[in-house]
Amino acid sequence: MKIRVNGDPVELPAELSILQLLERLHIDPRLVAVEHNLSIIKRARYDSTLIGDGDQIEIVNFVGGG
Amino acid sequence: MTSDPLVIAGRTFQSRLIVGTGKYPSHPVMADAHRAAGADMVTVAVRRVNLHDRSAESLLHYIDPDRIFILPNTAGCYTADEAIRAARLGREVGLSNWVKLEVIGDERTLYPDNVALLEATRVLVAEGFVVLPYTNDDPVICRKLEEAGAAAVMPLGAPIGSGLGIQNQNNIRIIREQARVPVIVDAGVGTASDAAIAMELGADAVLMNTAIALAQDPVAMATAMRLAVEAGRLAYRAGRIARRAYASASSPAEGLLSPAAPLDTVVRAGS
Repeated sequence: MKIRVNGDPVELPAELSILQLLERLHIDPRLVAVEHNLSIIKRARYDSTLIGDGDQIEIVNFVGGG
Repeated sequence: MTSDPLVIAGRTFQSRLIVGTGKYPSHPVMADAHRAAGADMVTVAVRRVNLHDRSAESLLHYIDPDRIFILPNTAGCYTADEAIRAARLGREVGLSNWVKLEVIGDERTLYPDNVALLEATRVLVAEGFVVLPYTNDDPVICRKLEEAGAAAVMPLGAPIGSGLGIQNQNNIRIIREQARVPVIVDAGVGTASDAAIAMELGADAVLMNTAIALAQDPVAMATAMRLAVEAGRLAYRAGRIARRAYASASSPAEGLLSPAAPLDTVVRAGS
């Protein structure tokens, strides 16, 4: 299936959870916030929230700033 | 422990110097500068994880969350909706519900869009955020932001990164006079004296990034800024003298010697 992650197209073999996507991308879930189709997902629900075909995911973290 | 701590929304800070995390030559230099500055609050930005380059170490590895309070900003947001979204994401990273709220109105000056800023402040206050809005050195907007529930007001000294110092000292003084929440001068500081001036005008704290990060020696500048903020605060509390148009002698008028005889008369008497 095809989804968008941070604006880029990503191909995935099957439906997966947000937690699984983060693991696949080697991202520590404790250092990020995640939006799934414009809804912010609480960390406790990363495991249970499933990503489907056409979904848009935004994964943000803290970077340097003033 | 200082006897004059900074208190914002019921939280106590030992330092009145708040520092950014952007534009440093490296993360280790940033960490050294934060230590030299004695900062116990730093700002960070909220951005997409770079999925193409995972090599960069997380910023958070260089900031000890037990010693330094992390304040997410909404830099780069030009509408209330964008800023609200960024604030919510920042909160979701999980460290706090505090936000340095920025809604930018102009790309060149990075001056705020105060209409949108006020709207975003109201929304975020209602959602339980502790909102610290970056705004102009305008006493009216500062009063409105305070009335909207901002936990502090953050008038700029000059455009972000400009190093121009406090452009309107009188306005900063007026803002401090009327505000019932902390006043944090945020943006435009260039060197130590600018920070001291902000504190002498009564600011409760100063927030800066570029002045330290892009100084030739960021760690030395961070030390200078720490001292400047302390000196300015002490001077403010010490109660400065009034300004006068003319001189007022420091040495007494009494006990002056009578005018001396001409020099050649003295020489003839002794020879």
